[in-house]
Amino acid sequence: MSHFRTELRQRAEELVALYPRKRSAMLPLLHLAQEQDGYLSDEGIAEVAALTGTTPADVRGTASFYDMFHLEPVGKYVVGICTNIACLLAGGEEMLDHASATLGCAVGSTSADGLFTLEETECLADCNLAPCVQVNHRYVRTTTPEAFDGMIEDLRGGRLDHDVPSHGTLIRVRRSGGLRADRGEVVAERAEAQAAREARAAKETK
Amino acid sequence: MATLDAPRIVSSRASFEDSHTLTRYLATGGYDALRKALSMFPEDVAAEVDEASLLGRGGAGFPAGRKWSMLRKSPVSYLVVNGDESEPATFKDHFLVERDPHQLVEGIIIAAYALQVSQAFLFLRGEFALGLERVQQAVNDAYEHGALGRKIFGSSFSLDIVVHPGAGAYICGEETALIEALEGKRGFPRIKPPFFPAVTGLYGEPTVVNNVETMANLPWIISNGGAAFAALGGGRSTGTRLFALAGRVKNPGVYEIEMVKNTFRDLIYDPALGGGIIDDKELKAIIPGGVSAPWFGPDLLDLPLGQDEVAEKGSMLGSGSIVVMDETTCVVRATWRITKFFSRESCGQCTPCREGSGWLERVLYRLEHGGGRAEDIDLLLDLSDNIAPGLTWPPQQTTICVLGPSIPSSIHSAISMFRDDFVAHVQHGGCPHD
Repeated sequence: MSHFRTELRQRAEELVALYPRKRSAMLPLLHLAQEQDGYLSDEGIAEVAALTGTTPADVRGTASFYDMFHLEPVGKYVVGICTNIACLLAGGEEMLDHASATLGCAVGSTSADGLFTLEETECLADCNLAPCVQVNHRYVRTTTPEAFDGMIEDLRGGRLDHDVPSHGTLIRVRRSGGLRADRGEVVAERAEAQAAREARAAKETK
Repeated sequence: MATLDAPRIVSSRASFEDSHTLTRYLATGGYDALRKALSMFPEDVAAEVDEASLLGRGGAGFPAGRKWSMLRKSPVSYLVVNGDESEPATFKDHFLVERDPHQLVEGIIIAAYALQVSQAFLFLRGEFALGLERVQQAVNDAYEHGALGRKIFGSSFSLDIVVHPGAGAYICGEETALIEALEGKRGFPRIKPPFFPAVTGLYGEPTVVNNVETMANLPWIISNGGAAFAALGGGRSTGTRLFALAGRVKNPGVYEIEMVKNTFRDLIYDPALGGGIIDDKELKAIIPGGVSAPWFGPDLLDLPLGQDEVAEKGSMLGSGSIVVMDETTCVVRATWRITKFFSRESCGQCTPCREGSGWLERVLYRLEHGGGRAEDIDLLLDLSDNIAPGLTWPPQQTTICVLGPSIPSSIHSAISMFRDDFVAHVQHGGCPHD
């Protein structure tokens, strides 16, 4: 019995098939597990382990290395605020303090209503609109405390559902094309093309 | 005045609202360079890139053509494109993947053809949710258009590109850590030698790892010729480059300008570019190439933006990020935040980096927040010297990768340039700016 819902399980299997080795699908699969559960549940980790031919301990050990993976439940919206150098120079720390007051939770924790988790992040590579704020890894581009509060109200009111989908950075990423050819066949084809090119080059030098 | 007459090589479509779509790409000459490349011998495509003298745009600035020539001959080899842009204040690849994903895809196909690789991976930062969507869409469109997949445009060349999301780890920008992440493991940089993945890379096979911006330059180079590219810029720094300008400037942003022909002053003060310092304050210091780079003072504002020119003055152009600090900036706080970043992102394999970064961060924290001691300033330099002996530039290597030896850059710069500010923090018992 799959822990992933049917559509997700299908996407997971497609992802595994993209790589020469199953384990390479580890990070994308963990993103999918998080898309379904909001965090990496024991069941989600077990499923990723089965799909990649590894163990749950191995999956957990890998996941814990990466900032984007949550090993504990988080709010519906993960609010990330950058305080690294460019944002520091534009009031990132003040924005983080403000967000903490607005959301009523400390940095690294979740609001009482379970809606928001607040994180201090490293540089999010959007430094021309500092301080940089992301919600569920979408740039919301609120650079003033007033704009931030308005954005939070819009989230509460469901007015940003289109701009800020729920967890999962791959939620709208779907591959539709593919080589669909045996790798050996492609290698053989390449050797053939190389031989043809060499013949052409030999002819041209004559 | 800035020199702004160079062609826009990688940002020509950015002003269009639909710059990310196949329709716009085809309407502006998209995939013509690929057709031209496919009519050439692969080695001639590589020779064109060699002639362009295109320096890698990721940070190390290694010539792309030379990197390609090192690829070990093997029946299986890979092209991996590094889009894990995480160097603080660097946001040019973010711009490229969101604004012109087809240009990137076309560049990757051209590179793969030159290298005769049939499998490419594009490793993108997981935080680039929209970027991931747009690049995957571009890959899907390219398949549909016949520019990707089996027998591209009717030629005998086949290629698949897999878009691979990262998951939040600065160290994965280091190419061997990126390969580990692509193999589904923790992003631990690999022990060197071998120094180049071109010998042993992904799954132990020969692999070329190139930056996103490097790839984005290829369509133009093939269309216009390597010589035309090499005619731009100066010295070893050919072509144009995307500079990500951030910090205390009026118009922060990504600017494509010709290398060497412009100076730091042009970029920061020209009304068409940075537009000057916020509130017309005095400039205090510049971080010229990402937070791993040693800082420059206002005395070097007229230095040309070129790789060797910046290296000669003891720093690097690195990732193309330029951070401006002004008279209102507390350099102790800036240094503390940068060091906190390194401490958080150290992968933990090597003692000097893992222990040194945390120790330095704690000392800087107490200087900034109260509790700093007079001897702390020399302690910072002593600890830094243990991570990168001699505090030279480029730094001495004591660790597996360059993250560790990059930590002292900001500390050494800040203390050398602004020791009085550190002393003031000790005397004041915290930050005098608060």
